[in-house]
Amino acid sequence: MCTYATVTAAMTGSAKGPGSNWFRMTDATVYFDHPVHALAEHTLNIDFAAPDRGPGQRVAVELTAASARELVTAIQAALASAPAEMTV
Amino acid sequence: MSESLTATTVHIRGHNGDDIEAYLARPDGDERRGGVVVIHHMPGYDRGSKEIVRRFAVLGYDAICPNLYWREAPGAAPDDAAATARANGGVPDDRLVGDVAGAAAHLRSLPTSNGKVGSIGYCSGGRQSVLAACHLGLDAAVDCYGAFVTGTPPEEFPLKVTNLVDQLPDLRAPLLGLFGNEDRFPSPEQVNELEQILQANGKTYEFHRYDGAGHAFFANDRPSYNVEAALDGWERIETFYGAHLSA
Repeated sequence: MCTYATVTAAMTGSAKGPGSNWFRMTDATVYFDHPVHALAEHTLNIDFAAPDRGPGQRVAVELTAASARELVTAIQAALASAPAEMTV
Repeated sequence: MSESLTATTVHIRGHNGDDIEAYLARPDGDERRGGVVVIHHMPGYDRGSKEIVRRFAVLGYDAICPNLYWREAPGAAPDDAAATARANGGVPDDRLVGDVAGAAAHLRSLPTSNGKVGSIGYCSGGRQSVLAACHLGLDAAVDCYGAFVTGTPPEEFPLKVTNLVDQLPDLRAPLLGLFGNEDRFPSPEQVNELEQILQANGKTYEFHRYDGAGHAFFANDRPSYNVEAALDGWERIETFYGAHLSA
């Protein structure tokens, strides 16, 4: 199915993307739908993007649902391991 | 049927007269023939969609696929364009209808046109094929497992997609529906609902439902590919268009 669901979040950070160049991203688009490349029928897809710089300014990730949950856990664990005052 | 064809990128007038890109494939020869508008799936104007366009040319039709994401991302890679379009909220229904109208008009303007044009879409394009056939003078429409023709999108779906239940009485073309019984969107129950509505409104339709097939069973580069359903589905499409798009 096409889930049509799209969740967006404003981002402050950088990503290394097209042409192996770093760029400052401004948006993350998150959705669970058909992947372009991953070998699964549906994946959790994240686009780290800078839309103001064009459609190609994007780092795309396609994760199985299990992998996406692992990533969420890992991110939370990494954040929790740092002193609270550093992660405000 | 000839295997010789020409395929190329063209520009057409879409919704509101906008210039949009499209992929056009035409059989060699100057005999009169029908046309097919291929509506690409949500992942975009990609290689698979263009392969389908060429296949219709091999089958003897002038076929065209408008790039529904041209406005958001002209010249971008298909996956980047799809990501941009999704982030912007997707393709509005009225714009889709206008772009399919432009594609159909382009086909009918070709010197080989017999005046008849059908639509076909896969996944989100299946819904859009039905949508177009409710608003345009098409001669045949094919819906390959389009979600939310009937049924209600879950409330957590932020994209503005609605079902077509209130528009189905306006369906103006014979409809071929191809569905997997293992699909959840559309579920067999939603396909039943669509069939009931078509029956109640006296519409001409033909449905085929495949056991063991889920969503996207035509997609031969995805794990969902189901060779039995896809082969039978292509035969059904050939027969259906042969009946409704021939001179």
